[in-house]
Amino acid sequence: MAVTEALSEPPLEIEAAVARGRFLRAVMRNRKAVIGAIILFVMAFTAAFPGLIAPHSPTAALYGQNSPPSGSHLLGTTQLGQDVFSQLVWSTRLTLVVTLIVSAIATLISTVVGVTAAYLGGAADRVLTVITDIFLILPVLPLLILLATYLPPGPTSLVIVLCITSWAFQARQLRSQGLTVRNRDFLVAARARGERSFYIILVEIVPTMTSLLVASFLSLAVYVVGFAATLQFLGLGNSGELMWGTMLYNAQQASALEAGNAWWALAPGAAVALLGSGFALLNYAFDEIGNPALRPVRRRRKRRDRASA
Amino acid sequence: MRYLARRLGLFVVTLWAALTVNFIIPRVMPGNEAQAVLATFRGTVNPAALKALEIQFGTNVHQSVFASYFQYLGNCLTGHFGVTAQNVSVVSEIGSKLPWTLGLVGITTVIAFVIGTVAGAISAWRRGGRFDGIVPPSLFVLSTVPVFFVGLLLIYVFAVKLGWLPLEGNYSIGATPSFSASFIGDVLKHAILPGISLVVVTAGLWVYSMRNNMVTTISEDYVKMARAKGLKETRVMSGYAGRNAILPNLTGFAMQIGYVLGGSIAVEYLFSYPGLGYLFYTSTTDHDLPLMQGLFLFYTLAVLVCVLLADLFTAVLDPRMREA
Repeated sequence: MAVTEALSEPPLEIEAAVARGRFLRAVMRNRKAVIGAIILFVMAFTAAFPGLIAPHSPTAALYGQNSPPSGSHLLGTTQLGQDVFSQLVWSTRLTLVVTLIVSAIATLISTVVGVTAAYLGGAADRVLTVITDIFLILPVLPLLILLATYLPPGPTSLVIVLCITSWAFQARQLRSQGLTVRNRDFLVAARARGERSFYIILVEIVPTMTSLLVASFLSLAVYVVGFAATLQFLGLGNSGELMWGTMLYNAQQASALEAGNAWWALAPGAAVALLGSGFALLNYAFDEIGNPALRPVRRRRKRRDRASA
Repeated sequence: MRYLARRLGLFVVTLWAALTVNFIIPRVMPGNEAQAVLATFRGTVNPAALKALEIQFGTNVHQSVFASYFQYLGNCLTGHFGVTAQNVSVVSEIGSKLPWTLGLVGITTVIAFVIGTVAGAISAWRRGGRFDGIVPPSLFVLSTVPVFFVGLLLIYVFAVKLGWLPLEGNYSIGATPSFSASFIGDVLKHAILPGISLVVVTAGLWVYSMRNNMVTTISEDYVKMARAKGLKETRVMSGYAGRNAILPNLTGFAMQIGYVLGGSIAVEYLFSYPGLGYLFYTSTTDHDLPLMQGLFLFYTLAVLVCVLLADLFTAVLDPRMREA
């Protein structure tokens, strides 16, 4: 027994390594994936070590008010005389943390709902599907605003309301994926062994969906970045909290665009857009790597053009 | 027909769910936001309306939750959606702002859907070409950009720096609404920047689904057949490949309406455009809970109507759906 195991192990490891290498190469070759990864890496580094990048304190109101960009203040100063660039850098942390937490929890909720519905079938499936459909149709931002009004403004409330409202679309996708594996042999075998549903869903079904879970996480992150900022922009955040959305709110309240320092509003807006695009590019690249039908076919065409010329 | 009946069922269930959400939220949320808000209503709002609001929000009521729930549902079914803090009925408040949002969002959504769908169809038709390499990815990246950022940029460039277009509002201060050419021109001028912001970020919502559907339908036998018959390329593209590819996109259209309406709230706030979105924003700053809940219901209803219309269109375009 031990001998056969020892014999069978190395090839498996090599196979996995080859597969990993192939995957890495696919990622490296995909321009969208590389750009997306660079954006996220820079953001993560900024979030981890804002003190290394920001030249000033993000909150100290020590400088000239509403000044335009200059050498010592790259993006100018706020109405209160705070350094906009430092505020932008320090705000990366909480923005990124809220995004990642919400995306992770929402992916978890959608997995539980979607896979459970697919696996159990029957009445449970119908009930869960109707609930999912309802959350899919209820307009997200109005519901977010409504929920946020009742909660004290702040990151925790933001995480709660975003988790409640954002899981439905992914749950639907995970359900249809779950339906395709439902009657595979390994599940029949697991049921025959007498495993409990909980075990089967968690250990047998969910691991087959890893790539879809990653895709869910990434596309959720795209939406969460935008919705969190929009909610705060509308004044439903805590304006003292260091986040890009609250910077936008404060800038808008002070009419920064007309007051002489447009960068106070434009910079956090651009940061939100950049972070969202980073997640979106990575997500789209994942789709392409997993689904060859979507890959660009430019190269083949070029060759044909040359042949005809 | 069974297909439409099922969709109609979802319509009713979702509307009921939205009403129930409205009823439950004030009761399960921590703190006593509703009580604090309703306290400020005393004096400005007439007693009968206040009583109805107290039933809806669960403050100061001496009956079971179920009795309140059915009373609330009954009030909504008979069109009594409460009154705002200014003692104006929520329905008439929404009705007075609706035309501005309907005009802005309705027109921009149709434009964005047409741009996205046509761009998707063309890029699938010329798959691998230059158009396919540039347009869909650009539109897609733009659709992930928050709408208010696009709006901020447009305001900065065209209103603040160049001064070509107005900064905010729906028409110039002091202009009197009429059907004169100058007034209509003024309204259009004010709608350009918010309109472009919405089109820019929403056109990309439909481009990839259309492109990928179209890529699939192009390889179908009936498209080969149409070509073999010697039909014109444009006819094959729109009538054979496009007609079938657009079906899932129509459902997608309806599903994205909620997202577009959300975007319109941010845009109307940014441009102080006095439609429903701006009303929603002011109702949050005023903590006018009845108005907020009424608006939430209205938005849900709007999405549901769009879903139903998309289903009807699908049934018209696709005979198979009528049988199913």
